[in-house]
Amino acid sequence: MTDLNFAMSAPVVGTSGRAVEAGAKPKMSARKLNFYYDRFHALKDVDLDIAEKRVTALIGPSGCGKSTLLRIFNRIYAIYPKQEAEGEVLLDGENVLDPKYALNRLRGKVGMVFQKPVPFPMSIYENIAYAIRHYEKLKKPEMDARVEEALRQGALWDEVKDKLKQSALGLSGGQQQRLCIARAVALKPEVLLLDEPTSALDPIATGKIEQLIAELAEQFTIAIVTHNMQQAARCSDFTAFMYLGELIEFGETEKLFTQPAKQQTEDYITGRFG
Amino acid sequence: MTTIAARGSVPQPESRRDELQDKGFSYVLAFTAFFVLIALAGAALSMLWGGRHVLAQEGLSFFFSAEWNPVENRYGALVPIFGTLVTAVIAMIIAVPVSFGIALYLTEVAPSWLRTPVGSAIELLAGIPSIIYGMWGLFVLVPVMTEYGTPWLNDHLGTLPVIGPMFQGPPIGIGMLTAGFVLAIMVIPFVSSVMRDVFLTVPSRLKESAYALGATKWEVVWDIVLPYTKSAVVGGIFLGLGRALGETMAVAYVVGNTVRFSVSLLEPGTTIAALIANDFAEATDTYRSALLLLGFVLFIVTFFVLAIARLMLMQLARREGLK
Amino acid sequence: MSTTRTAEASTRVAERLYRKRRIVNRVAIILSCAAAIFGLFFLAWILWTTISKGIGSISLALFTENTPPPMQAGGLANAFFGSAVMCALAIVIGTPLGIAAGTWLAEYAGARKIGTVIRFVNDILLSAPSIVLGLFVYTLVVAQMGGGFSALAGAIALAFIVLPVVVRTTDEMLRLVPAQMREAALSLGVPQWKVIVQVLYRGASAGIVTGIILALARISGETAPLLFTSFGNQYWSTDLTQPMASVPVVMNQFTASPYETWQSLAWAGALVLTFFVLVLSMIARAILLRNKTSND
Repeated sequence: MTDLNFAMSAPVVGTSGRAVEAGAKPKMSARKLNFYYDRFHALKDVDLDIAEKRVTALIGPSGCGKSTLLRIFNRIYAIYPKQEAEGEVLLDGENVLDPKYALNRLRGKVGMVFQKPVPFPMSIYENIAYAIRHYEKLKKPEMDARVEEALRQGALWDEVKDKLKQSALGLSGGQQQRLCIARAVALKPEVLLLDEPTSALDPIATGKIEQLIAELAEQFTIAIVTHNMQQAARCSDFTAFMYLGELIEFGETEKLFTQPAKQQTEDYITGRFG
Repeated sequence: MTTIAARGSVPQPESRRDELQDKGFSYVLAFTAFFVLIALAGAALSMLWGGRHVLAQEGLSFFFSAEWNPVENRYGALVPIFGTLVTAVIAMIIAVPVSFGIALYLTEVAPSWLRTPVGSAIELLAGIPSIIYGMWGLFVLVPVMTEYGTPWLNDHLGTLPVIGPMFQGPPIGIGMLTAGFVLAIMVIPFVSSVMRDVFLTVPSRLKESAYALGATKWEVVWDIVLPYTKSAVVGGIFLGLGRALGETMAVAYVVGNTVRFSVSLLEPGTTIAALIANDFAEATDTYRSALLLLGFVLFIVTFFVLAIARLMLMQLARREGLK
Repeated sequence: MSTTRTAEASTRVAERLYRKRRIVNRVAIILSCAAAIFGLFFLAWILWTTISKGIGSISLALFTENTPPPMQAGGLANAFFGSAVMCALAIVIGTPLGIAAGTWLAEYAGARKIGTVIRFVNDILLSAPSIVLGLFVYTLVVAQMGGGFSALAGAIALAFIVLPVVVRTTDEMLRLVPAQMREAALSLGVPQWKVIVQVLYRGASAGIVTGIILALARISGETAPLLFTSFGNQYWSTDLTQPMASVPVVMNQFTASPYETWQSLAWAGALVLTFFVLVLSMIARAILLRNKTSND
């Protein structure tokens, strides 16, 4: 525990001068977060800050709790019985795990994209408009503009602008995933959670998504779970290494990959396990 | 441990409305799901309730007495129960081996281009309304039985010791054997498609390794496929039995509708379902009550048969799920 | 010397065994082909009987004239109408209930015991004898209304057949929708009931529609549950509170009669019914097939 506190002690992002210079401040923070799947203790006292308008990567061997952590940030875990979280997750200083924190407010602010692309069984246009309609009453031209904006942000507009009325199921896997990203950003969230967004895609589609992540980081706070260390190295500013439900090490991506402070981190990034 | 509830009380009106709607929605759905339970219980209890008059009059001897005489207002259920069981057993004796053969054909023997069309044709047989089986039985099978079936059975099987009396009877074509045969034709598609689906669940690596050892098709089916699917095959058979026991229209024209005990399968008899179908609309008072109680008996019997079938089928499904 | 002899002997034993195994295999294969031919033979026979005995009475009059008195010409118009009304009503009653219950099983029951129990009971209801449902609705509806048979009672009896079919397909189809689809929709902040109605139902719609079509195919030929609920009616009737004719019940009445005109009308009804049921099941197959290919 004390080791962990060492890593987290100073303002997390402040340990590195560069991050402070860059003006990074925590947007979302986990505080003493524990999580249980029925009786299985999946997260143990995790403390972690997600820096505003930066990309934070969560890495670690499968089963380490990185996806679990992400799924707590917008309480998507709550749809399953027997899953419990304790501790705090602060979004701009408010605890979102508090039952009083309205679920649709949270999910409007914290969007999520999943491992497999899951377009809804409706048209491309409807996929984007569907969620917006739940939050805002827009007239047709306004909605058209919003859909276009979202598809542009998802780097998909040029490919689909002529077939907005067609079923989204007809898109390729990579396009479907960008549609899912566009759908998430259409709600103008503040934080974007990406749960292994490229693991079901081919290298070219993966490249496009990574490029997109870099562009989106200018507007959104991004947390990405990945099992691909190169991906974490390529597109994140900060990286958290997790192992067996604990946060082992956290720091600037460059530093963590070149001079890891912990033996376990080094073993993992050099491919000795996991 | 503080549990974080999925949804708490929320200040925002928008959220609050969502939450109320969500709750209402789930309650309505839960109610309809419980309605399924209520329907089944209601079906059973309503017939038992309707049968209370005859129970009061006959007591438990209703279930054991062979006397069924509406004119003298005496009711015993033994003969229709006997007829129901006998016709269903005849049906299964014919249907089980044939269905097994068809399933074997569709999974191992037939060339692959034939499997889908033959399988679909057999499934179509399952979709034909049961009354058409009954009509076919009456207009086509009964004359054939009268002309050829009954005389042949009288001459050949009827002379044998022990089972001989079962095959002696007048050449009228109707009777429990004919009814059982029509039922068999009707349940064959059900049983064979269940068996086929079940056989298809056997992992091909199991079969391939047996073939690699030089096993013949028959050995693969008998030593690998059947043991692997045993419980589900029994489940499929019981599913067919449940249908045979409760079938009405396929039986009603050809069974004879005579409430009289007879050893011979060529004599007219009756089944519970056929008796109800024929007499219920005209029956009054205690007679109606007796038919309702018969319906209750049929329901209980098929309930247990079908429950066994489902449990057997679930066993294989569970094993599938574990993999 | 002796080793070669034992080797020879063992090859001979193996060969003998092999020959025997092959014969057993051959017999099994022949029997299985015979079983398939047996099944197809009766299918062909029944279809042929239906066509040859029914085709002669297929005419315009069959669909425009009501059921005749004995020995007179007529049609089955009132029976077709009655069947259509009662089947439609049964679908209208049974489908929403079935979809709702199936949705509860798939989306809310989770691992709860009661969900397993309801699924089990539903499966039993699925193959319960239909005459029992007729008796149930008789005591529930007809007897309560003073013993008056009615089209409404018939439709309710048929709805009890529709219900378990729709429950089962809805449950199965919703469980096939990937969990990530739910998570993706919920993570947009859309409430669960809207996710189910607006997203999941779309994903499962082809399967649910297929289930409804198969249920319709099944009830259109059901006779036993109508015998003492809707009863029958010689005339054209549109009153749901009165007895109403239906194709299977008319077929039942006419088959059992000694009049040839009635019997041939019964066969005409059988032919139309069989055709209708086969068309429905082909439509259901086509929907499932198209859906499968478009999802891949």
